[in-house]
Amino acid sequence: MAKFNLNINGKQREIDVDATTPILWVLRDHIKLVGTKYGCGIAQCGACTIHLEGNAVRSCQLPVSSVGDKKITTIEGLSEKGDHPVQQAWLEIDVPQCGYCQAGQIMTASALLEKNPNPSDEEIETAMNGNICRCGTYTRIKKAVKIAANSINA
Amino acid sequence: MTLVKTAIGRRSFIKSSALAGGGLMLGFNWLASCKMTPEQVNNLPKEWFEINGYLKIADNGQVTIMSPNPEGGQNVKTAMPMIVAEELDIDWKDVLVEQAPLNTDLYSRQFIGGSQAIRTSWEGLRMAGASARHMLKSAAAETWQLPIEEITTESGTVYHKSSEKSASFGEVASAAAQISVPEEVELKAISDFKIIGTSKKNVDGHKIVTGKPLFGIDTHSEGMLTAMIVHPPAFGMKFKSMDDAPVKSMPGIHDVFTIKVLEDEYERQHFDTCTFLEIVAIVGNSTWEVMNAKKAISVEWEPFETYNEERQPYRGPKQTLTIPAGLESSDDHKTKMIAMASKKAKVVRKDGNPEAAFRKAAKVVERTYTAPFLAHNCMEPMNFFADVKSDSAQLSGPLQKAELTEQAVAKRLGIPVEQIDVELTRLGGGYGRRSYAHWALEAAVISQKMKAPVKLVYTREDDMTGGIYRPAYQVIYKAALDSNNNLTALHINAGGIPESPLYANRFPAGAVDNYLAESWTIDTNITIGSFRAPRSNFMASAEQSFLDEVAEVIGKDPIDFRLGLLKKAQENPVGEKNDYDAERYAGVLKLVKEKSNWDKNDATRNQGVAAYFCHNSYAAQVVDMTWENDKPNIKKVTCAIDCGIVVNPDAAANLCEGGIVDGIGNALYGELTFKEGVPEKSNFDSYRMIRMSESPKEIDVHFVKNDIDPTGLGEPTFPPVFAALANAMYKLTGKRYYQQPFLSKDKA
Ligand code: FES
Ligand code: FES
Repeated sequence: MAKFNLNINGKQREIDVDATTPILWVLRDHIKLVGTKYGCGIAQCGACTIHLEGNAVRSCQLPVSSVGDKKITTIEGLSEKGDHPVQQAWLEIDVPQCGYCQAGQIMTASALLEKNPNPSDEEIETAMNGNICRCGTYTRIKKAVKIAANSINA
Repeated sequence: MTLVKTAIGRRSFIKSSALAGGGLMLGFNWLASCKMTPEQVNNLPKEWFEINGYLKIADNGQVTIMSPNPEGGQNVKTAMPMIVAEELDIDWKDVLVEQAPLNTDLYSRQFIGGSQAIRTSWEGLRMAGASARHMLKSAAAETWQLPIEEITTESGTVYHKSSEKSASFGEVASAAAQISVPEEVELKAISDFKIIGTSKKNVDGHKIVTGKPLFGIDTHSEGMLTAMIVHPPAFGMKFKSMDDAPVKSMPGIHDVFTIKVLEDEYERQHFDTCTFLEIVAIVGNSTWEVMNAKKAISVEWEPFETYNEERQPYRGPKQTLTIPAGLESSDDHKTKMIAMASKKAKVVRKDGNPEAAFRKAAKVVERTYTAPFLAHNCMEPMNFFADVKSDSAQLSGPLQKAELTEQAVAKRLGIPVEQIDVELTRLGGGYGRRSYAHWALEAAVISQKMKAPVKLVYTREDDMTGGIYRPAYQVIYKAALDSNNNLTALHINAGGIPESPLYANRFPAGAVDNYLAESWTIDTNITIGSFRAPRSNFMASAEQSFLDEVAEVIGKDPIDFRLGLLKKAQENPVGEKNDYDAERYAGVLKLVKEKSNWDKNDATRNQGVAAYFCHNSYAAQVVDMTWENDKPNIKKVTCAIDCGIVVNPDAAANLCEGGIVDGIGNALYGELTFKEGVPEKSNFDSYRMIRMSESPKEIDVHFVKNDIDPTGLGEPTFPPVFAALANAMYKLTGKRYYQQPFLSKDKA
């Protein structure tokens, strides 16, 4: 066990865990932020996507010891009131079915728009291809990403 | 208006006034994690009046409607309360929705499965709203000393129009709660619906997009331990021995032991499929610590002997299943299935004289279709929470058949059902998988042994290699054509491992004079379970691909050919047991033809069509696609569906879109193969799931408008798209697709 001081959603959190613990489990088990989901554990499904210094990363493959003081943002911290343009677009299009993959989808989409506020269809597909949705909400996700892009650019 | 008897269970009308809001029964109230603003707190109602088991009304007019069935993405948590609200005559904005816990006294059929939630609850939900509305009206009539016939309601207010009296539902709720339940209630005329048929947003939308705890896997309670299992690496194997000492001393590990999921004398019901009867349980403080122990443990397994399993199926008499010994491989499965084709099969239906018709045929078209085992791959891996005390238990998790799970756990633990509480969490996908809740038994047994609350979580690998798959299937279709190219006979020989996919009384039965449908099965020790539109998901694919090919041989437009058969089935049906309505079937085909611009089908647009009836609904689809870089590029799917009244159109469209994307994904890539009993895929690096770039660029869903009571929607769009896709792919590649998945490994 080792002590780590993490910057999560703008707050400093001290935890005492095994140094190999992926951030996914630090968030879910130790900080009790369960919005970040476990889907595969091998960086293949995107359910566990968070932002590390604004970049979309798979938290299931991110050991706590590698994070240092880099800023972690989770779905719970994406916006204070749940009104980030991507979240709003998701509600407008009513994207979710079961909803399990959606936090990961939203985190990937919001990181994409941060870097590329005006993505083409192909750029959206490339960015989102690592996020699986077994319910099959892809067409709505794509629509919502475009709406979010429009509202960011407006 | 229609008068109906209020046939809801009496217990659902037991009234208790001044109920506290919320009232979830477990200690870990999900809502507690959502902070409220001071304004929201001020606006909180002071008193709630429970009118019946489905709804309570607050003094401020707010209405809480309980959603009885679990939510797994079908959006019943929005649609079911909409139906109650409609008959109650309240504005949707004044409605709060809560997930009901399992309560067999209050609610019936709290299931997810067979796309039946709305269909079977439609009347009950309407009655719940209508009887509450009646009680509010009687309360106002009594207060005002006026005849109830003169009282009307609108948007949460009771009126006596001529004397200009009015009161909000909140004002009369307390009096209404004292009124006895009416024997008969009036239901609204369908033309008066204000909520049903309008699109309402997902009631949990905000919680989902902000990452609130909604799912079973998010469960947390004081003192909770985390458990994982280790199951045999291969079907056909059982536990032999383990060396657990080194693992027991690993950090954070509390205990390691084996459990028997079912006792030997346990009498199995339909959904009690359990792949591995004895497994290893590892219990510890946190997921990562338990995962590490799981990686480190060394367990020995050994092959088991053939055994029999008694089971009480959903319908019909008890069955005895043979679970054969052996380590099976997909190659052997194929050989065995091919061999079945020449063996005598069980005749399930026969019309006319098919043998003679085939003898006389001018032309015979014969094709064989196959499909592999499929894993469900719900994005939320199997998990369950159990807190078992000496004489009671609290359970919580994603369940499709909670009532049956509760019974199974009661039997397994030796605790009466009455002492078991079950909370229903949101399901991170179900598709049939969560009807088989052996993991709930596992969690309960582990909690009983640990004397502590336990959350059991499967890794993705445990989930994917743990059985309960879509069976492997094969069907041979054979058509006889006379010299005028009329279809004179059809022979279907269908079977599977271990279940036959045949629906003998479905179309084209009834449309062909000489018809023979046969069935066979092959035993296996690989466990199977319902998978989104069970059996239909294969039969639609084969049948609708075959009809396409027959239409081509005959030289007819594929839609016209189908419409011709349906016309015959409608006007002059063969046999009596045809379980479809030919007119509604034809209706979706005509609608999809119009909406997809089928008639303008030119060489540059490659379209494939298919239609199917299952789960009481009719769906037809046209796939428009191109072929780029040696890969399919699906431009558009047009879908016509007849599922009666559509409660929440936009959400219904979403569900149809989902069925289509999921269907295309499974058709192109879905496959689980075995080598010596070992599943050859265990995670998403090897199991190909459809991704955004591969899904259709556009999906256009059209509902047939009618006043028929609503029927299933979660499943019916899934099966036909396999064939619509195969038929469109044929136009582009000149190749027919007989074997699922359609894309070979190198192309996928
Ligand atoms: S859980 Fe991290 S990518 Fe799947
Ligand atoms: S909404 Fe269910 S997996 Fe994406």
